[in-house]
Amino acid sequence: MKKMQLKFMMLLGGLLVSTLSAAEYGMNLRKGVTEFSETAFGLHTFTLWICIVIGIIVFGAMIFSIFAHRRSKGAKADQFDHSLTAEVIWTVIPILILVVIAVPATKALIKMENPTTDDGKRLAMDMTIKVTGYQWKWKYDYMDEGISFISSLDRDHDLARQKGSGVDVTTIENYLLEVDNPLVIPVDTNIRFLLTADDVIHAWWVPDFGWKRDAIPGFVNEAWTNVQTPGTYRGQCAELCGKDHGFMPIVVEAVSKEDYAKWVADQKGEQEVEAQMVDTEWTKDQLMAKGEEVYNTQCAACHQATGAGMPPAFPALAGSALVNGDPAAQIDLILNGKPGTAMQAFGNILSETDIAAAITYTRNSFGNTAGDVVQPATVKSMKQ
Amino acid sequence: MSQDITHDEVAHDHHDHDHKPKGFVKRWLMTTNHKDIGTLYLVFALAMFMVGGAMAMIIRLELFQPGLQFVEPAFFNQMTTMHALVMIFGAVMPAFVGLANWMIPMMIGAPDMALPRMNNWSFWILPFAFTMLLATLFMPGGAPAGGWTMYPPLVLQGGHNVGFLVFAVHMMGISSIMGAINVIATIMNMRAPNLGYLNMPLFVWTWLITAFLLIAVMPVLAGAVTMILTDRYFDTSFFNAAGGGDPVLFQHIFWFFGHPEVYIMILPAFGIISEIIPTFARKPLFGYVSMVYATAAIAFLSFIVWAHHMFSVGMPLGGSLYFMYATMMIAVPTGVKIFNWVGTMWRGSMTFETPMLFSLAFVVLFTIGGFSGVMMALAPVDLQYHDTYFIVAHFHYVLVTGAVYAIIAGAYYWLPKWSGHMYNERLGKIHFWWSTISVNVLFFPQHFLGLAGMPRRIPDYSTQFAEFNMMSSIGGFAFGLAQVLFVYIVWKTVRGGEKATAQVWEGAKGLEWTVPSPAPHHTFSEFGPVDLSKLANGEKFSILSDIDEKDDKQK
Amino acid sequence: MSEASNDQYYVPHLAKWPIVGSIGLFVTFMGAIQALNSQTSITPWLMFVGIGIILWMMFGWFGDVIKESEEKLYSTQVDTSFRMGMIWFIFSEVMFFAAFFGALFYARTFSVPWLGGEGIGLATNETLWSGYEGVWPTNGPADLNGRFEIIDPYHLPLVNTLLLLASSVTITIAHHALRANNRKQTIIWLIATVLLGAVFIFFQAEEYVLAYRDFNLKLSSGIYGSTFFMLTGFHGLHVTLGAIMIAIITIRVIKGHFRPESHFGFEAVAWYWHFVDVVWLGLFIFVYIL
Ligand code: HEA
Ligand code: HEA
Ligand code: HEC
Ligand code: CUA
Ligand SMILES: [Cu+2]
Repeated sequence: MKKMQLKFMMLLGGLLVSTLSAAEYGMNLRKGVTEFSETAFGLHTFTLWICIVIGIIVFGAMIFSIFAHRRSKGAKADQFDHSLTAEVIWTVIPILILVVIAVPATKALIKMENPTTDDGKRLAMDMTIKVTGYQWKWKYDYMDEGISFISSLDRDHDLARQKGSGVDVTTIENYLLEVDNPLVIPVDTNIRFLLTADDVIHAWWVPDFGWKRDAIPGFVNEAWTNVQTPGTYRGQCAELCGKDHGFMPIVVEAVSKEDYAKWVADQKGEQEVEAQMVDTEWTKDQLMAKGEEVYNTQCAACHQATGAGMPPAFPALAGSALVNGDPAAQIDLILNGKPGTAMQAFGNILSETDIAAAITYTRNSFGNTAGDVVQPATVKSMKQ
Repeated sequence: MSQDITHDEVAHDHHDHDHKPKGFVKRWLMTTNHKDIGTLYLVFALAMFMVGGAMAMIIRLELFQPGLQFVEPAFFNQMTTMHALVMIFGAVMPAFVGLANWMIPMMIGAPDMALPRMNNWSFWILPFAFTMLLATLFMPGGAPAGGWTMYPPLVLQGGHNVGFLVFAVHMMGISSIMGAINVIATIMNMRAPNLGYLNMPLFVWTWLITAFLLIAVMPVLAGAVTMILTDRYFDTSFFNAAGGGDPVLFQHIFWFFGHPEVYIMILPAFGIISEIIPTFARKPLFGYVSMVYATAAIAFLSFIVWAHHMFSVGMPLGGSLYFMYATMMIAVPTGVKIFNWVGTMWRGSMTFETPMLFSLAFVVLFTIGGFSGVMMALAPVDLQYHDTYFIVAHFHYVLVTGAVYAIIAGAYYWLPKWSGHMYNERLGKIHFWWSTISVNVLFFPQHFLGLAGMPRRIPDYSTQFAEFNMMSSIGGFAFGLAQVLFVYIVWKTVRGGEKATAQVWEGAKGLEWTVPSPAPHHTFSEFGPVDLSKLANGEKFSILSDIDEKDDKQK
Repeated sequence: MSEASNDQYYVPHLAKWPIVGSIGLFVTFMGAIQALNSQTSITPWLMFVGIGIILWMMFGWFGDVIKESEEKLYSTQVDTSFRMGMIWFIFSEVMFFAAFFGALFYARTFSVPWLGGEGIGLATNETLWSGYEGVWPTNGPADLNGRFEIIDPYHLPLVNTLLLLASSVTITIAHHALRANNRKQTIIWLIATVLLGAVFIFFQAEEYVLAYRDFNLKLSSGIYGSTFFMLTGFHGLHVTLGAIMIAIITIRVIKGHFRPESHFGFEAVAWYWHFVDVVWLGLFIFVYIL
C-alpha cells in the first residue's frame, strides 16, 4: 500500500515538474510577438505560480495528514469540528490573493479593449482589415487599399488530410497550418481588425498576437494588433463552425513596411487584370480548366470533388436537376446562396470569372450533360 | 416496523417488510418505491456512462495520430456533441438523482420521496428522451453536431435532427424539474419531526440547494432550445441579425443555464465527499455550518457569472470586467470547502478504503481543475485559453475526477447498504489506482496541448501536437478499461459476497447506517422522532432545530 | 378507510400512469418532429395519438388522486407535499417565461441598438447595415417580411387586462365562498372565471387575426414578431390550460368534491391562474406598452 502511495506522489510530483519545465519544450503558452500577448503570458505565468504555491500548501497539508494521522500508525482521532479563526483566515487570504491577480488583469483588459497612448489619448489606428469567416475559409478586405481575397487551406494539405489519402502527414511541414493566400501585414503598424462572418460563428485566432475574437454573422467585432517582429504567424479558426472547422487555418505574414507597399502594388495590378478578364469572351476549355481549380478549392468541401455531395446535408451536383437545367437559375443560386443553409452567397466571395468557370465546370462534369458555357459577362450582368 | 397502509394489494402478509411487487413490469415500470427508482436511475446512468464513454473512445481513437484514420470530420463532431450530452444529461445528472432517491429518504427518516408517482415519471421519461436523441445517429444526416452548447446558427444547419435534439432536451428538462421538485418537497416536508435543517447530513443539504438550481435553470434551457426550434421551423428571428436578433443572445441564455448546470454536477459531489471523509477520518466534518454557507454562496454566485464562457464574443469592456470579478469570487467559497476537508482529515485517525481513496483523489484533482478555472476567469488571458484543449482539460478535471469520482466514491460507500454485500476491497483498490493514474495521463497533457495552441472540437491537428495527443489517448483507453473493471466489481457485489453489517463502516454516522443491510424495501414507514445521536450533526445544532423536545430527553 | 394520521405517509403502491405518460410524451414529440420535418404521411396523426395518450394519463392519474383524496387517504403532510410541488412547478414556469422576457430585453437594450450603430455597434452599422437606425419596434435591418404595424395596447390588450384582473377577483370570491361552504356561490363565481378566461382567449385570437391580416405583423416579422408572438402565444396557451383546469374544478365542485378546510386541487388551480395573470401584467407593460 505504502509503495503505491509513494508512486502516486511521484506521479503528482512529476506532473508538477513537467508543468514547470513545459516552457522549454514549447508546451507552455506562447509569449507571442505583441505587447498584449506578452502581458497575457505574464499574467498566465503569475497566476500559474500562485496556483502552484497554493497547491503545494494545500496538498502538502493533506499529504502530511495522510501520512501522520493514519490509524495504522496508531493515530487517535481528535474531535474538534470547527475553528472560527482558521475559517476566517482561509476566507480572507484567498480574497486578498484574488485581488492581487485581478488588478493586473483589469489593466491588461482595458489596454486591449480601450487602447490609449501614453498621454491618455485614444490610440490611432493606421489601417483597417475586415475579416469575414465563411464555411470554411477566410476573406480579407483591406479597407483602405481596396484589396480583397479569399484564404483557405492549402490544396496539398487538403488532399493529404482526406481520410484514406495515403499520405503520411508527419512529412508535411506545418500540416494543416498552411493557406493558399496568406494575410500580409506591415510591422510596427496599428492595425484594426473588423471581424464578421457570413454563415455561422467563427473565431479568428493567431496565438502569437495574444487574442481570439468571434466572427459573428450580422455583427462586426473589433480588435487590434501591432506586430513588431517580421515573420510568419499561424493560427486557426477557434469556434466550432461545422464539419471542416479544423481545416480553416490562418497564416499572417508580417513584413517590413517597404515590402508591404510592394505587395500592395502587386495585388492591385493583379486585380486590375482580373477585372478586365471579365469582359472578354472565354473558350470552353479555358473555363473548364479554371473551373476545375475553383471548384476544387471552393466547392469540393461540401459537394465533393466527385460532385457526389454528402446527402442529405450537401446535395449531389452530379445529376442535379438545377445543374442540368436553365443556367440562370444556377447562376442565381451561386450568386445569392440559399439563406439558412450552408450554401453561401458566392457573389461576395468569388469574382465573376471564377463563378462562371465553376458553373461551367459543374455543368460539364460528373456526368452532367448541360453542355453549355456560362460566360463571366453573363454572371456580371446577373449580379446587378 | 409498522404495516404499510399504502399497500393496495393488501390481502397478504403484513409482516413481510420486504414486500416488493412481483413481476418485472410491476416491480420496475410501475414502481413508486424510492429505492427501486434510485436503482433504475443508477443503472441507467451507468449504461449511459458506457455509451458516452464509447463515444469518447472514438474521439480519442481518431486523435491518437494526426491525419484522419477512422472517421469523417462530420461524424467526429457528432461524437463530440453526443458524448457531452450523454455524459451530462444521461450519466452524471441521473446518477446524482439516483443517489438522492436512495439516500435522502433514509438520511432524514422519511418513508419515501414526497411524491412517489411523480418520482417514477421523472425516471421513465429519460429512457425515451435518450432513445430519441441517440436515434439521430442512425438517421440520414446524422446526429446533432454543433457541440453540446448548441450555438446557432450552426445548430440550425442540422437538418432533421434539430427537432429531435430540441424535444429530447425538453424531455430531459421535464424529468429534471420533476425530480428536483420531489427532492425539495421531500427534504422540506418529510424530515423526521425532530430533525432540523442544521441536523441534516451535508449530502441532503447540497442536494436541496442543487434542486433549487435545477428548477431555476432547466426551464431557461427549455426556453432557449424552443427558440432554436422556432428559428429553425417557424421563421422567427431570435438569433438572426437580419431580423434584429443576435446569435450571442442564445449564448447568454444558454450559459445562464449552463453555468449553474456545472454546479448542479458538482454540489452533490461535494455532499458525497463531505459524508465520506469524516467517516474514514473518524472525526466530525470540520466547519459544518460554513460548508452549508459555502454551498449556498456557490449556488448564488453561479447565477451571476455566466458570460465567462463568452469573453471572446465582443462584450463591452464593463461586462467582461464584471464577469471576470464575479467568477473569481467563486474560488473563495470553494476554497473554504477544500480547506474544511483538509481540516477534517487533520489529526483524524484515517483508514483508506476505496471510497476514501476516491474522495482523497477528488480533493486533489478537483482542486487542480478549479485552479485552471480561476486562470480562465481572467478575461485577458482567456482570450488565449478559450476554445482550446486547456478548457477541455479544465472541465474534465472537475467533471471526471470531480463529479464522476464522487459518484464512484459514493457507489463504493453505499453499495454494501444497497446490496447487503461487501465489494471486493482488493479489486476496488486496483480500480482506484488504475483509474487515477490513467485519468491523469489522459487529461493532464491536454493542458499542454491547449497552451500550445490546439483548438478543441477538431478531428485532426498539426503534427506538433502529436506526442501529447497520443499520450492522452493511451491514458483514455486505460481509463476506459478501468471502468469496465468497475462494472464488474459492482456486478459481483450485487450478485453476492461477504455479508455487510448494518453499520458497514466503523466511523460512519447517519440514519442510513441504523437500518439493516440491504436496506429493507420500506424504511421509516412511521413518522416519529429519530435518534439524533446517530446523526453526524444530530446533537450539535439541536437548539436550532424545529422541534427539540425529543432532544431534551436525550441529554 | 379511516382518516389518515400524520404518523403515516401515503405512498401509493403501484402506478401505471407515469409510464403511460412517458410513452405519451414520446409519441407526441415524435409525431411533432415528423410533422415539422414533413417526411412521412403518418405525420400529424402520431402527434394526436400522443396527445390522446397524455390526456388519458392525465384523466387517469388525476382521477386516482381525486379518488384517494375523497377517500381521505391523505394526511395534511401529503397535502403540504402537493402544495410544495405546485409552488415549485409554478416557479419553474416563471423561469421559462423569464427566458423569453430575457430575449426581449436583450434584443431591445443590446442587439437592436448595436445593429443601429450605438455603443460597440458602430462598425456593425457602418459595414453591414448602413442606414439602419435600430429603433424599436423593428423587424431588423433586412426588413424581414416587410412593414408592419403594432397592436395598440389601449384597445384589445387593455380590455384583456381588465378581463384577466376581473377573473382573478372572481376566482378569489369563489375561493372564499368555498371556504364558507357556500357551494352555489362557488360554482357561480367559478363559471364566471371560466367565461372571463374564454373571452380573453377569444380576444387574443381576434388580435392575432388582426395582426396577420391587417397589420402584416407575423411570427416572421423579425425580432419584434418573434418576441411578440412567442410571449403572447405561450401566455395564451397557459390561459387556455388554466381555463380548462378551472372548468374541471367547477365540475368537481358540482359533483360535491372538496371540503371547506381541505381543497388543495382548487387552490393549486387558483395559484396557477394568478400566475398567468401576473405574467400577463408583465406582457402588457413590456410587450404592448413600452
Ligand atoms: C463540475 C463542473 C465545473 C466546475 C465545478 C467548474 C468550476 C469552475 N470553472 Fe469551469 N467549466 C466547466 C465545468 C466546471 N467548471 C465546463 C464543462 C466548461 C466548458 C463548457 C464548454 O465550453 O463546453 C467550463 C468552462 C469554464 C470557463 C470558460 C472557459 C472558456 O471557454 O473560455 C471558465 C472561465 O472563467 C471557467 C471557470 C471556472 C471557475 C472559476 C470555477 C470555480 O468554481 C473553481 C473553484 C475552485 C478552486 C479555485 C479550487 C479550490 C480553491 C482553493 C484551494 C482556494 C484558493 C484558490 C485561489 C485563491 C485561486 N470554467
Ligand atoms: C460529465 C461529463 C463528461 C465525462 C464523464 C467525460 C468523460 C470523458 N471525456 Fe469528455 N467531454 C465532456 C464531458 C464529459 N466527458 C464535455 C461537456 C465535452 C465538450 C463537448 C463539446 O465540445 O461540445 C467533452 C469533450 C471531450 C473531448 C474533446 C472533444 C473535442 O473537443 O473534439 C475529449 C477528447 O479527448 C473527451 C474525452 C473524454 C474521455 C476520454 C472521457 C472518459 O473519462 C470516459 C471514460 C469512460 C469510458 C471509456 C466508458 C467505459 C468503457 C467502455 C464503454 C468499454 C470500452 C472501452 C475501451 C474500448 C477502452 N471529452
Ligand atoms: C459550405 C458548404 C458549401 C459550399 C462551399 C458550396 N455549397 Fe453548394 N450547396 C450547399 C448546400 C448545403 C446546398 C443545399 C441548399 C438547399 O438546401 O437547397 C447547396 C446547393 C447547391 C446547388 C443546388 C443543388 C440542387 O440540386 O439543388 C448547387 C448547384 C451548388 N450548391 C453549387 C455550388 C458551387 C458551384 C459551389 C462553389 C462555388 C458550392 N456549391 C459551394 C453547400 C455548399
Ligand atoms: Cu470556422 Cu471554425
Ligand atoms: Cu461556467
